Amino acid sequence: MFLTPGDLEALWLTARLAACVTLILLVLGTPIAWWLARSEGWWKGPTTAVVALPLVLPPSVLGFYLLLAMGPQGVVGQFTQALGITALPFTFWGLVVASVCYSLPFMVQPLQAAFESLGERPLEVAATLRASPLDAFFSVAVPLARPGFITAMVLTFAHTVGEFGVVLMIGGNLPGVTRVASVQIYDHVEALDYLQAHRLAAVMLLFSFFVLLALYTRRRPQKIRGVT
Amino acid sequence: MSGIQAKFQLNWPGFSLDVDLALPARGITALFGPSGSGKTTLLRCIAGLEKTAQGRLLVDGEVWQDNTRCVPVHQRPLGYVFQEASLFAHLTVLGNLRYGTRRVADKGSVALDSAIELLGIKTLLDRLPDKLSGGERQRVAIARALALSPRLLLMDEPLAALDYPRKQEIMPYLQQLHRALDIPVLYVSHAADEVARLADYLVVIDNGRVRAQGSLAETLTRLDFPLPLGDDVGTILDATVGDIDVAWHLARVDFPGGSLWTPDPALPVGCAVRVRVLARDVSLATMPPEQSSIQNVLCGRVDAIADDAHPGLLLVRIQAGPSQLLARITRRAAATLHINIGQTVWMQVKTVALMA
Repeated sequence: MFLTPGDLEALWLTARLAACVTLILLVLGTPIAWWLARSEGWWKGPTTAVVALPLVLPPSVLGFYLLLAMGPQGVVGQFTQALGITALPFTFWGLVVASVCYSLPFMVQPLQAAFESLGERPLEVAATLRASPLDAFFSVAVPLARPGFITAMVLTFAHTVGEFGVVLMIGGNLPGVTRVASVQIYDHVEALDYLQAHRLAAVMLLFSFFVLLALYTRRRPQKIRGVT
Repeated sequence: MSGIQAKFQLNWPGFSLDVDLALPARGITALFGPSGSGKTTLLRCIAGLEKTAQGRLLVDGEVWQDNTRCVPVHQRPLGYVFQEASLFAHLTVLGNLRYGTRRVADKGSVALDSAIELLGIKTLLDRLPDKLSGGERQRVAIARALALSPRLLLMDEPLAALDYPRKQEIMPYLQQLHRALDIPVLYVSHAADEVARLADYLVVIDNGRVRAQGSLAETLTRLDFPLPLGDDVGTILDATVGDIDVAWHLARVDFPGGSLWTPDPALPVGCAVRVRVLARDVSLATMPPEQSSIQNVLCGRVDAIADDAHPGLLLVRIQAGPSQLLARITRRAAATLHINIGQTVWMQVKTVALMA
């Protein structure tokens, strides 16, 4: 067997985590991106900075704060306890919450760029054709910004697959629960099992390369076409 | 109260709009003025696209905007044609046309079919917008607005983004529209030629203010506020083809107060035409001229004289029956010939442009 059952379990967990995070961020990130792309207020700058923070922060810093927030004494922890949910750290869903924070800019930034390049005009046209703002968003902005959605989803998925530091801080290393592929590789190296580390690392390397290859060599550069 | 009453104020850094207009309930009203004069902004106010505009808008007695309410754009029964065709790139021509019709309460497809017919786009329905020429795109955009059966059609320089041949391609459709439509149309333009061909009513806008308004012929011949038209200063006469001289390939067009000969436009006798006579093509004589290559001679009475843009030139308005024409002559010629108000003069008209 090329990969051990533990490796396969870690890969499957990684895929589930990345899929969950991508879907959740699609729902959360789209309105944030829309709002950032179309507002002019003074808070646009601070919000953009907060959204971009995970790009520059060491994952351990982010993980540390999230651990505190989600712990029994933290704001999120108090809230989840009030809802009758046990503490999130060291659970799959704790990992999902942390990854959503960690991958937020990878969803928001491409979407924001797509919405910005769309401009105001298509929505004005839609309004003069009797579409309400919500209707215009789904019938015009979303289809026209499709390349942006594809980029954002692929990057978010791939970035979540690649995370390590936040996972260690929040999730630890529980097989089948929080032990994702990157942690599994770390374990193999720790155990000096270089062969197994090589195999899993190669899978990750090829996956990442082909995802990016697919993203950057689509038929033709997908420009955002607004209205012509 | 039928027609459109529009009163708007808008203050932006470096620009303000302050207009109060009463516009006719049918026919094409041209909002005419130089670039940056605020005519497009006014059109956007009427559509409801300028969120910060304060004012009052009544269309056919129905309040679209006043101090207490503002009907959102998507609930106004209007059609809007933008300067660039602005077709949705992800939809075919038919998809673009039906985007609006699917959303109007009245699902009748009569308007859609007749819009397709009127703009001649039947063969384009399955194409995507980026496979269309600029002229075709703009025709689709006009059809898309018409398919909604709007109660008011707003057109923002629909020809400005097109080159000359494309303009010529679309003009007949617009003229056809002019004859077929029974709703008010507001047509923003800075091109005197388009206005002369299409408009019935003219609103001149400059620097965010209304400088003049009235019927086209009336406004064009106003001398208290000469329009900044340069060589395009002239008159529009609504005429009919009265006779055709087959041997000489000429047609006579009759208007109230006279008639003019023009190269035969291949139109039948009785056909309504719009004739444009530019002031620079009209010369004056105090006696009936003889032996001239200019055979269009009209007799009239000098009604008004005004300074032209150049200090050496004058604009003279001549009343011929109920019609008025303008002549651009030099100040010296006026002095030599003793041209005064009330005097009978003969106008030699060098060129007559048929606009229909």
